[in-house]
Amino acid sequence: MGRRTWIDHWPVVRQLTGSDPLGRGAASKSRHSDELTARTGTADRVVKSICPYCAVGCGQDVYVRDDAVTQIEGDPDSPISRGRLCPKGAASEQLVNSPSRETTVRYRRPYGTDWEDLDLDTALDMIADRVIDTRARTWQETDSEGRFLRRTMGISHLGGATLDNEENYLIKKLYTALGAIQVENQARI
Amino acid sequence: MAECHPVGFQWVMEAKRRGAAVIHVDPRFTRTSALADLHVPLRAGTDIAFLGGLVNHVLQNELDFRDYLLTYTNAPAIVDERFQDTEDLDGLFSGYDPQTGTYHPQSWGYEDAQAAAAAGHREMPKSGAGRTTPGDTHGAAGATLAAKPHMDRTLQHPRCVYQILKRHFARYTPEHVEQVCGIGQDTFRRVADAITSNSGRDRTTAFAYSVGWTQHTVGVQYIRTAAILQLLLGNIGRPGGGILALRGHASIQGSTDIPTLFNILPGYIPMPHAHPNQDLEAFVEADAGSTGFWGNMRSYVVSLLKAWYGPAATAENDFCFDYLPRLTGDHGSYRTVLDQIEGTVKGYFVIGENPAVGSANAKLQRLGLANLEWLVVRDFQMIETATFWKDGPEIDTGELETERIGTEVFFLPAAAHTEKDGTFTNTQRLLQWHHRAVEPRGDQRSDLWFYYHLGHRIRQKLAGSTDGRDRPVLDLTWNYPVEGAMDEPVADAVLREINGFGADGSPLSSYTELTDDGSTSCGCWIYCGCYADGVNQTARRKPGHEQSWVASEWAWAWPSNRRIIYNRASADADGRPWSERKAYVWWDPGERRWTGHDVPDFQASKPPDFEPEPDAKAEDALAGTDAFIMQSDGKAWLYVPTGLVDGPLPTHYEPHESPFTNVLYTQQANPTRQMYGHRANRYHPPPSDPGSAVFPYVFTTYRLTEHHTAGGMSRFLPYLSELQPEFFCEVSPQLAAERGLTHLGWATVVTARNAVEARVLVTERLRPLKLQGRTVHQVGVPYHWGPNGLSTGDAGNELLSVVLDPNVHIQEAKVATCDIRPGRRPRGRELLRLVERYQERAGIATEESP
Repeated sequence: MGRRTWIDHWPVVRQLTGSDPLGRGAASKSRHSDELTARTGTADRVVKSICPYCAVGCGQDVYVRDDAVTQIEGDPDSPISRGRLCPKGAASEQLVNSPSRETTVRYRRPYGTDWEDLDLDTALDMIADRVIDTRARTWQETDSEGRFLRRTMGISHLGGATLDNEENYLIKKLYTALGAIQVENQARI
Repeated sequence: MAECHPVGFQWVMEAKRRGAAVIHVDPRFTRTSALADLHVPLRAGTDIAFLGGLVNHVLQNELDFRDYLLTYTNAPAIVDERFQDTEDLDGLFSGYDPQTGTYHPQSWGYEDAQAAAAAGHREMPKSGAGRTTPGDTHGAAGATLAAKPHMDRTLQHPRCVYQILKRHFARYTPEHVEQVCGIGQDTFRRVADAITSNSGRDRTTAFAYSVGWTQHTVGVQYIRTAAILQLLLGNIGRPGGGILALRGHASIQGSTDIPTLFNILPGYIPMPHAHPNQDLEAFVEADAGSTGFWGNMRSYVVSLLKAWYGPAATAENDFCFDYLPRLTGDHGSYRTVLDQIEGTVKGYFVIGENPAVGSANAKLQRLGLANLEWLVVRDFQMIETATFWKDGPEIDTGELETERIGTEVFFLPAAAHTEKDGTFTNTQRLLQWHHRAVEPRGDQRSDLWFYYHLGHRIRQKLAGSTDGRDRPVLDLTWNYPVEGAMDEPVADAVLREINGFGADGSPLSSYTELTDDGSTSCGCWIYCGCYADGVNQTARRKPGHEQSWVASEWAWAWPSNRRIIYNRASADADGRPWSERKAYVWWDPGERRWTGHDVPDFQASKPPDFEPEPDAKAEDALAGTDAFIMQSDGKAWLYVPTGLVDGPLPTHYEPHESPFTNVLYTQQANPTRQMYGHRANRYHPPPSDPGSAVFPYVFTTYRLTEHHTAGGMSRFLPYLSELQPEFFCEVSPQLAAERGLTHLGWATVVTARNAVEARVLVTERLRPLKLQGRTVHQVGVPYHWGPNGLSTGDAGNELLSVVLDPNVHIQEAKVATCDIRPGRRPRGRELLRLVERYQERAGIATEESP
């Protein structure tokens, strides 16, 4: 299409004179939509990633502008997914940019009726104290037959199937050293 | 598959385009059925009868792939003469103890041979010539029996596996399949003809399954039945074959390989059980067997202990083997929840999971949460597990009061996959690296950050402790480099530790390099090689269209980048491809090496005619035809002489809750299923009890394309919530008429556990079952919902009881019984009254235990 004059902005003119007599394509396009550009075209960089939902493991291209994720598309290079994403994978931009995502630590004290604010470092410290205290109070060195156990049955864990291998590795390593054995994840659910 | 793994399903459609027949076996008609050549609707919970019927069809008509069967399976193995089958004992195997509800499996073994379970079943008494004791508490007991059984390659010996199989499955006739599953005999024969005509030298059949097969009280035996069928037809270790698990979470395979599971250590090494005076040597000997690749288990364990305890782990102190805590039974997720209610468990970390609506019997989960001292929840959104104390269903019913719940709750916001580096392991065993694109905001942190800094903080607080129990914490190798303003641990450094290092500190390239003298370290032996040559192999992204169809240069598969495991079986006994069309790996006689399209899953230079020395160990004890290299005898097991707690062969049992009695045996349900008696976990009466009529319908649970698991990653997103805005149930027009349910109206589904309300979808996708002269209706319940988020509704998990498969402790979520009635459920105490009235009518109101 050549340079547009004011009269060309009338869709009916374009429909009658152009290559779109049914008015379902170029003829019906407004100046506004004509001037739109895809977020994928204006990204500062594209980062290679993997879809976080199911275990097919589709490739994702993460489009970033001004250090924010602007769009997530299927990675056409992936021999697994060939650029496709399902409704969940295609919605993962909303997953990471959701306005209801929590950004601060929330704390509910025993018998409390509402959330309170808590500093992240304080929270980490309090959790470390809880682990140490619970472990000491529930430690089992041996059982009644004298077999050594070296464990706590007071600390339990659930989670891992949506985590990275590296994260699970530190989780299992730390708990095992602490003697916490009730460590489980979605694989058994 | 089209619903829950849509992008994976494109390959099924590619196969269909090339002439493959697609058969969909499912109680419901779904998007998969719509695209299949044949939909086979079966009654939920009857797959062993269906698959057993197919096994029987193959055996009775001698349609097995005989060359494959004789070369690669234990079909010719002779079984102990004391073994008695379900045919002899009306649904039980020999060794059943009705007092404990468990088996003593000594009689299940091979004659005069002892086999080791492939991984993890330390407590299993070894089968064999009767020299073991129940519980196998001695471990190091001396007698070493040959791992390889006597064989009758004519398959005529009455106690050979092939003949036992033939007798065991003889009653799984098309008539019985019809009576049990509700599958017409014509449909059954179409399936039988399709899979048998599509198997052999030149063709293969694949089975894909998901939790529809695993969430049963006989889930492991479902997979076993498929394994028997696929081995009879020669469809394992070959391209286009296999039994393919379609797993539901980005790294659920990884969280099994590097387990956040109670019973195993990284790489499927069992967690040690409590035994008197058991050292590393005894531990390894008791579990591993001496032949097959598990014969190297000591190297895997020592290298793991070196990765964890570094210089503290020495030969003199048994490489800190005593630092490992000991198990004494089932410490699985459901057992733990009951212990939370009991009050013995004080603290709970819930990381990227939502048990308050996502686990069976959700009320039980919340009662556990409400009885903790402290709870840590890490997630993106304010999920139900974090808010149960404030707005959980029990607050409304008055069972719990906020002011009386003593649980201290920490909610910590988590970083998303775009905000951190790391690997997911997909369902094909592929480790794929994802790169950090942006930084997380505010207090959002990766779980890597949380656990690294939590461990660091605990170690600081315990520094200087002289208490022996703190030694494992203080001796832990925990010095990872950190980067950026948040002190994020470098995930790459953790992956390097997982891969492992040699004596000179350079990254290892293969698990075959691991040693048992402490000179190598490796955090997960099956992942050894993911950092081969000092290169992050998991980050490889050579485009698929620039490489072969195997795509070996995209990411990295364990073990050793093999894309199909046991692929030695893709060639015949002499190492030649079964056919040109199905060539995958083969023996090159000129080069005297295995070669092919994939990395051979076999010792590269071991010729097909190799015969081991009688006293050889580990992989050296395997012959040139022993393709199943992790097995102590190198064979795929049609019959399982050791390793399963509910029998060496699959047997059809009715689900724990079923409107039908078992027509195949007097034994109604799996005699070893795990049940938990609790007032909040009441079970429905068996079908022989008139009270069972109170819950006349079968219900099954499932997922939707547009939601994910318990909803934490989907119910809070506008797009997905618009596509599936609220909880619903599916019923047939006949059931709708019978119960006065209207399309888009409300229904209340009731069990002895709880009642939920759902919008009604009247659809012919869910058909009434017509079998044994009766019509029984089914109700479909997708399970993603809870009260929080944008798309809300009751949780389907309210309806389920906790009753488990005894091998793996997975709940029977795929089938139970229920009632359904029109209208919304009552609120407040009236909801409890409704459920109590049902319990009273069924005669189970006062029972505490099953």
